[in-house]
Amino acid sequence: MSRRLLLFVPLALLLLFIGAGAWRLATPNDNLIRSKLEGRPLPAFALPPAVPAKPGLSSADLAAGKPRLVNVFASWCVPCIAEAPLLMRLKAEGVAIDGIAIRDRGEDVAAFLTRNGDPFERIGSDPESRVQIGLGSSGVPETFVIDGRGIIRAQHIGPIGETNLPAIRLALAEAR
Amino acid sequence: MIAEAGLAALWLAAALALLQLLLAFVPQLSGGGAHAARPLALAQGLLTLIAFAALIAVFVRTDTSVALVAANSHSAKPLLYKFAGTWGNHEGSMLLWVTVLSLAGASLALFERRVGTRMLVASLGAQAALGLGFYVFLLIASNPFARLDPAPAEGRGLNPLLQDPGLAFHPPTLYIGYVGLSVAFSLAVAALLTEQVGPALARAMRPWVLGSWIFLTLGITAGSYWAYYELGWGGWWFWDPVENASLMPWLAATALLHSLNVLAARGGLRTWTMMLAMVAFSMSMIGTFLVRSGVLTSVHAFAVDPTRGTFILGLLALYVGGALALFAFRAARVREGARFALVSREGGLVLNNLLLSVILGTVFIGTLYPLVAEGLTGEKLSVGPPYFNAVAGPVALLLGLLLMVGPLLRWRRHAAPIARWVTPSALVAVTALVISLAFAPGMSILSRLGLAVGAGLVPASLMPLVGRSLRRTPLVTWGMAVAHLGVAVTLIGMASDSAFTSETLAVAKPGDQLRVGPWLVEFASVDPVAGPNWTAIEAELRASRGGGVEVLHPQSRTFTAPPTETNESAIATVWNGQLYTVLGRARGDGWQLRLWWKPFVTLIWTGGALIALGGMLALAGRLWRGRRRREEEQ
Repeated sequence: MSRRLLLFVPLALLLLFIGAGAWRLATPNDNLIRSKLEGRPLPAFALPPAVPAKPGLSSADLAAGKPRLVNVFASWCVPCIAEAPLLMRLKAEGVAIDGIAIRDRGEDVAAFLTRNGDPFERIGSDPESRVQIGLGSSGVPETFVIDGRGIIRAQHIGPIGETNLPAIRLALAEAR
Repeated sequence: MIAEAGLAALWLAAALALLQLLLAFVPQLSGGGAHAARPLALAQGLLTLIAFAALIAVFVRTDTSVALVAANSHSAKPLLYKFAGTWGNHEGSMLLWVTVLSLAGASLALFERRVGTRMLVASLGAQAALGLGFYVFLLIASNPFARLDPAPAEGRGLNPLLQDPGLAFHPPTLYIGYVGLSVAFSLAVAALLTEQVGPALARAMRPWVLGSWIFLTLGITAGSYWAYYELGWGGWWFWDPVENASLMPWLAATALLHSLNVLAARGGLRTWTMMLAMVAFSMSMIGTFLVRSGVLTSVHAFAVDPTRGTFILGLLALYVGGALALFAFRAARVREGARFALVSREGGLVLNNLLLSVILGTVFIGTLYPLVAEGLTGEKLSVGPPYFNAVAGPVALLLGLLLMVGPLLRWRRHAAPIARWVTPSALVAVTALVISLAFAPGMSILSRLGLAVGAGLVPASLMPLVGRSLRRTPLVTWGMAVAHLGVAVTLIGMASDSAFTSETLAVAKPGDQLRVGPWLVEFASVDPVAGPNWTAIEAELRASRGGGVEVLHPQSRTFTAPPTETNESAIATVWNGQLYTVLGRARGDGWQLRLWWKPFVTLIWTGGALIALGGMLALAGRLWRGRRRREEEQ
């Protein structure tokens, strides 16, 4: 490339930037992320157990005829502590809950469960966030409502709060 | 009355800017322009200062008939935050921007004696053109002095995250840095227009870049510490778009500082240096656009509005586009200076510039990638620390290695063996590497290499002082050594923090004891406390590690106006690090407590301060040397 042309590179880069900026201003950002997988079957996966005392989690476990919650969590995640009591309450109501521990260590997960309660029937370990990404989940905690045939019915992003419980119960009832 | 006076001053300043622009670039007028240019720039500086003082006055008096005060202040706020609240909002911070811009023009008019009249008039004209766009922006789209009728009885209050002493000084410091770079931009434009790109220009530009760079360094360092203790996440850098927006001008200015030395001393790198001078201020404007427009999602976006974004994008296209077009057409006429060998001071500085540009490109791409990706494929994604650390980290380490050799090289061609000078630093680096392998086998490779390079840089940065008479060593050389030592210290702090931090998260009751790193922390009590505009629960923690007891009081605060909760961390600083504690919410019969032990984390900001100090020494040296040279000429 001749030197003359090289001198136009900064200008070209700027125009590119201005184009991108103008496009974004014209189509404002929508922060609400809708799961593209809602109404679709779970991707196939089989995760090893996160703690020795409980079985791991596979997509087959989630198509066993009964609606379930799948909670994507981590021992290092502070909002997960906040939602722990609400998961315990759902469990007491008879809701079946499974967990996926993201980028975590077995002893940390065990300590987390001792401290904050253990609502889970199975916990799969997802050390590289592969299944998490497959589920279309971008952070922890997130909670999915799965129906008896393994189809994703709803996705809740962020910690479950008191106010979210009715919507989750409703989604579970509809998934029946 | 005060508000109207401020508005009038702003209109007048805008009119003077227009006049200055016409004088500089309309040939029929330029005959008398030379005499008028300096006073016009000074008057503009004074007028914007009056406007800014007027805005401070209405904020301090909490005059709620001014819409901006009603929306952002509250009579119950402590005086310091009423004062700082002036620029804790969009309109006020844009007025601060314009004030700094015209003060930069005024000081250029007042102090610049190294460049000829033609170039001074042209650069003041460029500065006025920059100012004009922002005056129009303020007066048409974001008038800070707009009145409310009827006036509300009370204001809405300031975002509690911003109610911190750090805020009082962090934005103005950064703004002086950002906007100070406009002088380099205007000088580069003027030099290309008048075809006077050469060593004299570099010597004139250098103090301005150095000054802005010092403020940017201080602003970024202070901002990092502010985020560290205020946000309560225990991290000191989040690669957040707004942080990146402040880092990019700094990277460009750092590269510019080094390439200016080649231009000033050897007349080389002319086109490259002109481009960097334009890019540095462009990065400031791009940063402002990113922060103000809400184009990127960020925790820092306190004053987001897409219509303002459109305006700033327009200004960006006009100014930066104009300057870069001028560069594209004119730079081919710039003749390059003396040639140099690959192994030489120039060669080292070229490599420094290349590596800094790679880091700048990395940050730029990472910051904008989510935007571009969504535009092209519709997919939403975010680029986080894993990308930035993995890509920018190794390049920064290479830069650190280069720093062990570069400052020792001679200009033009380095023929003498340098092993004697480099061996001690290399030995220290290798020793640090071996020690870390022996005692901390679990460290990540990036932290380990960071620690080794940082350790080796400590002697390496001081090497240029070895064998000289320290009293007769120029201040500029001292400045270089101190700034490079700062880089070493920061690097060690970063590596130590990422490798050796220990963390404890627990729900605890008063009377419980927790362990974090070498510390035993006793949770003594929880008590309610009240401040001027907040109430809080405050924990008392007694931490010890064998010696005396450190008492910490982390708080969980609830602000009354606007109602918001924040966590006020409590930090105990000891010689070898910080104990960082955060009190969370009540959980069952206990409280969430989060404790970190961060060995040598303080070195990160100590290093930042050293880098700025080095800049100050160099600036003092340059100014003093320049004055003496002029006196000799007379």
